Amino acid sequence: MKNNNYSIEHALFIKKQKRETLIVNAFRLGVFFAIFFLWELLVNIGVLDGFITSYPSKIAITVYELFKSGELLTHIGITLYETLLGFFISVSLGYITALILWWSERLRRVFEPYIVVLNSLPKIALGPVIIVWFGSGEKAIIAMAVLISVIVCVLSMLGAFLETDKDKILLLKSMGASKFTIMTKLVIPGSKEAFVNMLKIALGMAWIGSIMGEYLVSKAGLGYLIVYGSQVFKLDLVMASTVVLLLLSGAMYYLVTLLEKLLIKNKKYG
Amino acid sequence: MNTLLEINNVTYTYHTKNGETTAIENLKFNVKDKEFVSIVGPSGCGKTTILSIISGLISPTRGQTLLNGKKIEKPCDNIGYMLQKDQLFPWRTIEKNVFLPLEIKKVKDENAKNYGRELLIKYGLKDFLKSYPDELSGGMRQRVALIRTLVSKPDLLLLDEPFSALDSKTRLSVSNDVYKIIRAENKTAILVTHDISEAISMSDRVIVLTERPSKVKNEHVISLSGSSPINKRENPEFSKWFEILYKELDANEK
Ligand SMILES: Nc1ncnc2c1ncn2[C@@H]1O[C@H](COP(=O)(O)OP(=O)(O)O)[C@@H](O)[C@H]1O
Ligand SMILES: [Mg+2]
Repeated sequence: MKNNNYSIEHALFIKKQKRETLIVNAFRLGVFFAIFFLWELLVNIGVLDGFITSYPSKIAITVYELFKSGELLTHIGITLYETLLGFFISVSLGYITALILWWSERLRRVFEPYIVVLNSLPKIALGPVIIVWFGSGEKAIIAMAVLISVIVCVLSMLGAFLETDKDKILLLKSMGASKFTIMTKLVIPGSKEAFVNMLKIALGMAWIGSIMGEYLVSKAGLGYLIVYGSQVFKLDLVMASTVVLLLLSGAMYYLVTLLEKLLIKNKKYG
Repeated sequence: MNTLLEINNVTYTYHTKNGETTAIENLKFNVKDKEFVSIVGPSGCGKTTILSIISGLISPTRGQTLLNGKKIEKPCDNIGYMLQKDQLFPWRTIEKNVFLPLEIKKVKDENAKNYGRELLIKYGLKDFLKSYPDELSGGMRQRVALIRTLVSKPDLLLLDEPFSALDSKTRLSVSNDVYKIIRAENKTAILVTHDISEAISMSDRVIVLTERPSKVKNEHVISLSGSSPINKRENPEFSKWFEILYKELDANEK
């Protein structure tokens, strides 16, 4: 089916596209280095106060020292553990709840107002209650992460389930399909894209939850380092932890996009 | 020929918050084995409702439907339903789409799958077994949808305006293809349409419905010679039938 004997025009077109991508990437890197260079320079010539803003070389050294002492990996490990666990709990809990609500219209109607209220509540307000209930350790932080992300998971998946094409449902029914079969053959595979989107949102929310949680309680983790650093006025530490956090969350987001490519194979025909 | 389907004084009423709508009332007609029957009627008169009842998706408010003398109570293997759009699942390959009814009915038999594959090959989709639906043209997709309906070897096919989502040129050739496949596979079919030409060129008999609540207004046995719908359209009798049916439907609109 595929035509591999491209015309010269097409080859030129492809070449141009490749060039454009190259240029964009070069500029991206350029912007990155420009910011760090400018930052370093402004501190060096005294325009910015390095004590308050810190600066790239100092941040790099701080990260390195944290790494050498072994502290960095411990803190990363703890934050990652809290975030991932919070993420997995919210995603599974949210997905299953959404399926149940899709299944039963009555339950859906009963719980609708509760979900709406919970969704609009600023979850961070429940922080103190969570500390009382779960203590001031990892459990409270994971609970925070779950609390912040689970409702969004429920709402986004339920929306996708309910959007399933009515005629496709009719078709399956005419073949004698049970509700369970409709769920497994149509509703679940048909909402793959929404699922991946939910993962992305839930991941972001779980990060917010775990870092917020660490701000409130905790004796370890990247959020803890940030708070601790600001309290003792070690801005190098604050910046270093933030940079690590940035890299970590970026890497995890990337993993989700890999999963997306894996799940949604026939995107290439889109 | 013996009677395959009997519709006996069927009435159906929809209930919604805003009131009730009687879509069909005391509907009565039969379909013989291997017959190709078209049902024409103004839009909204209850054609889809009739097919839903025959397929067992909904139960009549009054009256009954019999298939081979047995009451239809729920969707069964003997009936295949083909909807307006092809409704192929985009995440499934063509052959996996065709196997869908087998999966639903938990048929594990390899022969059934092979039959599906044979049909696809026989009707020009050999190179697309492993393709995804969005690589196919509208006409090809509709052919796949028909084969998906045929794979569980139903006695009766229900076609609900299956060509109305296609553009007029494709429409003609696809209806031609579908007709040939149904004839070649020796099936009984009920086609619902609001296209008079389609009804005349494809069927042995045309049933004209009244406005809602619909009843049978008239029945016409069409015996146009011609090997295919496209040929039949060239038959001089064709325009005569067209005029008759056009007038009958037009009278409805007033
Ligand atoms: N699920 C439903 N609930 C309430 N009314 C319906 C429903 N489905 C169809 N109707 C009504 O029944 C009538 C017949 O519908 P339908 O059988 O779809 O007509 P057709 O297929 O001939 O266009 C229409 O007036 C429509 O408004
Ligand atoms: Mg209809």
